[in-house]
Amino acid sequence: MAPDLTTITPPGGGGPPAGWRGRLGPAAHATLRWESGLVLLIIAIVIFGAMSSPQFLTSGNFFNTGVTSGEVAIMALPMTLIVISGEIDLSVASILGMSSAAVGFLWARHWPMLAIFLAVALAGILAGLINGLLVTRVGLPSLAVTIGTLALYRGVALILLGPNTVSDFPSRYTSIGVNPLPGTQIPWNVAIFAVLAVIFAVVLHFTATGRSVYAMGASPEAATFSGIRVKRVKTLLFVVSGLVCSLAGVLWTFRLATAVQNNGLGEELAVVAVVLLGGVSIFGGKGSLGGVVLAVVAFTALQNALLLTNFNQEATGIVIGALLLVSVFAPNLAALRGGRLPRWVRGRARRGGPGGPAAPAAPAVDGA
Amino acid sequence: MRHSKKRIFSVPAVFLAACVTLAACGSSGGGSASSGSSGSSGSGGSSSSGGLKTGLSAYVIPKLLGAQYFTVADTAKFGGAIAALQQLGETGTETSGTAATPASEIPAIQAAITKGANILIVSATDPTALCPTLKSAMSKGITVVTYDSDAPTCRNLFVNQADTTAIGVKQVDLIAKEIRGSGDIGIVSAAASATNQNAWIAAMKQELKKFPKVHLVATVYGNDDPTTATQVTQGLLQRYPNLKGIIAPTSVGIVSAAQVVSSSKYKGKVLVTGLGTPESMKKYVANGVAPAFFLWNPADLGYLAAYAAVNYASKKITSAQGQTFTAGKLGTYTVGADSTILLGPPFEFNASNIDQYHF
Amino acid sequence: MTTTVTGRVDSAGAPAAGGSRKLTERVFRIRESGIIAVFVVFVAVTTAIQPSFLNEQNIQFLLINTTVFALLALGETMVVVSRNVDLSIGSVLGLTAFVCGGLFGDHPGIPVPLVFLIGLGIGLACGLGNGLMVAIGRVPSLVVTLATLYIIRGIDILLVGGTQVNAQTLPNAFTDIPRANVAGVPYLAIAVAVVIGLGAYYLRSYRSGRELYAIGSSPDAARLAGIPVGRRVLTAFAVSGAIAGVAGVLWAAQYQTVDSSAGTGYELTVISAVVVGGVAIFGGSGSAVGAAVGALLLSAINSALNVLGISSLWLEAISGFLLLVAITLDRVISVRLQAALRRRSSGVGT
Repeated sequence: MAPDLTTITPPGGGGPPAGWRGRLGPAAHATLRWESGLVLLIIAIVIFGAMSSPQFLTSGNFFNTGVTSGEVAIMALPMTLIVISGEIDLSVASILGMSSAAVGFLWARHWPMLAIFLAVALAGILAGLINGLLVTRVGLPSLAVTIGTLALYRGVALILLGPNTVSDFPSRYTSIGVNPLPGTQIPWNVAIFAVLAVIFAVVLHFTATGRSVYAMGASPEAATFSGIRVKRVKTLLFVVSGLVCSLAGVLWTFRLATAVQNNGLGEELAVVAVVLLGGVSIFGGKGSLGGVVLAVVAFTALQNALLLTNFNQEATGIVIGALLLVSVFAPNLAALRGGRLPRWVRGRARRGGPGGPAAPAAPAVDGA
Repeated sequence: MRHSKKRIFSVPAVFLAACVTLAACGSSGGGSASSGSSGSSGSGGSSSSGGLKTGLSAYVIPKLLGAQYFTVADTAKFGGAIAALQQLGETGTETSGTAATPASEIPAIQAAITKGANILIVSATDPTALCPTLKSAMSKGITVVTYDSDAPTCRNLFVNQADTTAIGVKQVDLIAKEIRGSGDIGIVSAAASATNQNAWIAAMKQELKKFPKVHLVATVYGNDDPTTATQVTQGLLQRYPNLKGIIAPTSVGIVSAAQVVSSSKYKGKVLVTGLGTPESMKKYVANGVAPAFFLWNPADLGYLAAYAAVNYASKKITSAQGQTFTAGKLGTYTVGADSTILLGPPFEFNASNIDQYHF
Repeated sequence: MTTTVTGRVDSAGAPAAGGSRKLTERVFRIRESGIIAVFVVFVAVTTAIQPSFLNEQNIQFLLINTTVFALLALGETMVVVSRNVDLSIGSVLGLTAFVCGGLFGDHPGIPVPLVFLIGLGIGLACGLGNGLMVAIGRVPSLVVTLATLYIIRGIDILLVGGTQVNAQTLPNAFTDIPRANVAGVPYLAIAVAVVIGLGAYYLRSYRSGRELYAIGSSPDAARLAGIPVGRRVLTAFAVSGAIAGVAGVLWAAQYQTVDSSAGTGYELTVISAVVVGGVAIFGGSGSAVGAAVGALLLSAINSALNVLGISSLWLEAISGFLLLVAITLDRVISVRLQAALRRRSSGVGT
């Protein structure tokens, strides 16, 4: 990925603002702007939802929304790190499906639940390891690899369970789909999401590993030269994704009280959409976990609000797509307003001339 | 930079904390999760002359929105469930997702519950995955009636389009007659895990024992997807060149199978039957590939489900076997074994009557 | 991660440049013939086990099944070669299949070529939309086409509104298109093969076609070399959309019953076919012929599984595995090629 030269401000043009904001780098500045935008969006959605339906702000509704979106939210956490590091993982929903099928498969063969958890965790780690090794050691593009493993792992789920469903799980597990944490209205999977979100946020924003993830997303070569073990960290990210997705698979299975091969089918697009909506750049190197958390809230709140009004459910796809487009156009519109037009429009720019904007070097076409 | 990162993190952290606090407070505030729909049972319950409650809020939740079969079964325009509900003085709304999966159907069910539904009329995308949600609905006093596709352990009543055995028996009898009592046949089914499909196929296999010279050589799965159904039919025909008949108990599969036979050298050699909607099959009745097939009137199915649900919600009937009720223009019905109500025998469509139907 | 190397001028002078180009061309050919070889071997083995795999009827089935995917693969190749991706093709196909299929019912007697033109127009409009957003908006195509995948499918679902196009509303002139054949080979398959051949020729021999490869290899270098990157990318997306539109009309002619689910999930299958066929996902190399053979291979595997009676449960895992093998193989080849080129230009070995 090319280094981001858009941060060079022209001489004499807008210097950094005074005060604490001046101490922020431009990247952090942009992220803060994005998150503020998301907060505004959430507020708008909440107002819309509350005005159009008296049940929107009830705790029962909050429970329902959390229960149905918990697993997608959980999968978005490792996906955030992977995208920031410059890669992508489209196999997340298939790992979920595979682990759900494994739970059913092993339960039908009377394995004890603890052994099942271990086996499924191992399967998730293995799946992530395969992804990671193919990307880092063989050097394959992650988009192609994870399209392949998307099919492969879903295929494994199909082979494991075939057309059968397993649904005789004990109610102390399946109650997570119906009962909240005792004493609250928070569903179990939302609580797990919250805990994981804190862990991932700490790792991403407060540790050296997290900083190295940003670095390798911005420029893999520079990161390698500064001593970061790019391959090792990326492999680790894929392994963690596999593990977290297999956890999501277990949660999904218990929530529906059913293990069936099509659990989670198609959800990878929703996970990617949420991450992108959260301000994470598909080019890598930019984004924050807080933004993704906000995006999860916005996304699920919007879907829920639409469901509670009599909005035609057939059109929700349009809303999601439009939201996604807005999420990628907004930064570009801001750039346009700043006077930087794409080179295609303004012709070949003078390079580095005084008073002229620096030539943006970010490629027009994506390298995902 | 540490300073900036903390600031970045603080905004969402505060927000998240606010949400959590709201949620936690919510529990002590309005009581349990049922507060949103505490008005469900008994709300708007004024009796009409027939003793049935009016003003109930009913939600019809098909497997997915956008499938013609369900549009006919559910909407007022075709005389389906919502038409019946409106006749009875209730409000009916059709809602669901657009992928025929539990993940897409459950939010619609939950929203219906949240909005104060008294009645849920559901075609289940999976026999067990909806149960946690449906059981929670029933525990709040909401009437849950399944139609078309059952979730056997978590509903008050199931309205079955036709007797499971009869559906299987009729298709086998028909194909056996068409191929003159001897030859190979294959089954093109839908999703391998669909409850109704497997029940019908089991009944078919049982009935086949009456026709010793008719051999069921294979069952293939088209997953209700035209591309897949086409490909599995092609494979079936290639693998068994002596195939004489195909049974496709799925409205997508029968169309695909008939289409494959019509456009290949097997036209005239292989006959197709199964379950299909008349409009989609007119061409194949006309060209002789599928001279006869079965279905029921989906509108009647929805209509009956609505009447059953309202009767149950008005406490006119229970889930027990032997209870009877009147379903408007359809007449009197009795609750059978396993809380199942049968619409009637499967209806045969053929050249003599198909032009009368427009769904 | 590409195998394209533009001619290098070094101390060895012109011959080294010419030699590198010849070598890369040779590798392209090898990769293309490699996938063809795999296809041939696969068909041979399957026919040995089950002779009816290769009888006339099954060949017809196979060719017709493949036409839609091969066409989509052509459009996708143009986009992928320029380092982009078009995920919206399945939704565009579904939209035009329904709209155009429905035209026959609503306007009886409408001429078939007009319907195809309308399908092409709708697809072109969608493709232009994608292309404009990617080229002018400088927005990553993965995100744009993911969004338009949702939006176009949503529009399709709204338009369909719970109805469907039924077979008997379609005139024979239309539905006979996939069936007309000469000596057992469907005209449609021949036509599609010709179109793909033309597309491949354009990509390889016309400057604007070759510029797509350059853009895929290095967008910045392409820009500096004066290539109108935005315009080329816009064209690639427009063509991809137009092709998907036409493919939708063909889909309706083939399956004859169209509801709102037509084409769902096709984009991943097509991308798999394209990658298996040797097109690098990062752009810069690959051919439309290879992509079409990739589509043919995936179709053949599907058909073989059904004919052999192997449970179609295995299909998904097999195609995923195959995709991984294909891209690993490509990577190995590209590494070897780069090493060979380095040796060559440094004057060591041939």
